[in-house]
Amino acid sequence: MAGSDRAARTPTAPDTVKILIAGGFGVGKTTMVGSVSEIAPLRTEEPLTVAGLDVDDLAGIEEKRATTVALDFGRITIGPDLVLYLFGTPGQQRFWFMWDDLAVGALGAVVLLDVRRPRASFAALDFFERRGIPFVVGVNGFFGRHPYPPERIRDALALPEDVQVLLCDARERGSCRDVLLALIDQLIAAAVRDDGTGRLTRRTR
Amino acid sequence: MSGGDTGGRLVRPFTLTGGRTRPSRADFTLITTVTAVDPPPERAPRPQPEQLRILRMCAEPVAVAELAARLDLPVSVVVILLCDLLEAGRITARAPRPVTRTTPDLDLLEKVRDGLGRL
Repeated sequence: MAGSDRAARTPTAPDTVKILIAGGFGVGKTTMVGSVSEIAPLRTEEPLTVAGLDVDDLAGIEEKRATTVALDFGRITIGPDLVLYLFGTPGQQRFWFMWDDLAVGALGAVVLLDVRRPRASFAALDFFERRGIPFVVGVNGFFGRHPYPPERIRDALALPEDVQVLLCDARERGSCRDVLLALIDQLIAAAVRDDGTGRLTRRTR
Repeated sequence: MSGGDTGGRLVRPFTLTGGRTRPSRADFTLITTVTAVDPPPERAPRPQPEQLRILRMCAEPVAVAELAARLDLPVSVVVILLCDLLEAGRITARAPRPVTRTTPDLDLLEKVRDGLGRL
């Protein structure tokens, strides 16, 4: 494939950013990723050895086979030079060590909550609160049901005022988009607040 | 998506990496974007089959996590293969956009908001 303009053929890679979709096991994380992703959610499986376990010893392979963790993720192309990735964090408690790695460089997180069993998502809330990682709470209404208004859920979870609580349906693209937008708006609001001027100082569009 | 049969898979991939289990470079994250260098540098070592697959997949920029999913290999294995390709000058790697809490990037956030709004 010889071309005249050879040096220019390697395409320029876009910037990438990520948002985490967290919450307990079975709250709808992968469903949400799939609803907004432009590709079918992809899965990559990691042996736990990436966490720093010694992998030189090939004994005990039976155990290693049992200890893989699956990561589901999707992609949203924001523009030709920017791509957003959504990562569903592993729900089971024994995989929390992966969250630290995932959280590095993340814009923020969506913590999904199933009001029928909110405790399943408590650990995720704690994780992001303790590390100061911005998040919004998406209350996934299974079968489209939302028995509680957002304010009651906020009170029950003792969330600070600046953490948005949104009723959503993880199966609906528009609903998931609105949750992500709420997170970005929250980040922008925090950035403007921290700026101290009370208003956007840079171009808005 | 990959199926449930993982039997034996975790041993085999590391044979692709010559037994090495740690990348020589730590600069590949899940959302680091890799792109095949076109044309390849002269006198580049002949890539092995898995590396050739990677090179074909990243003719257009692609994130490490996507490569791993499409190759059905653990990210850690793919990163080792990518390290060799990077050292051989066969690919370029672009780090993710840095995100810091102390100095939020309003331009970036607004861009993401606008993009999401178009969904």
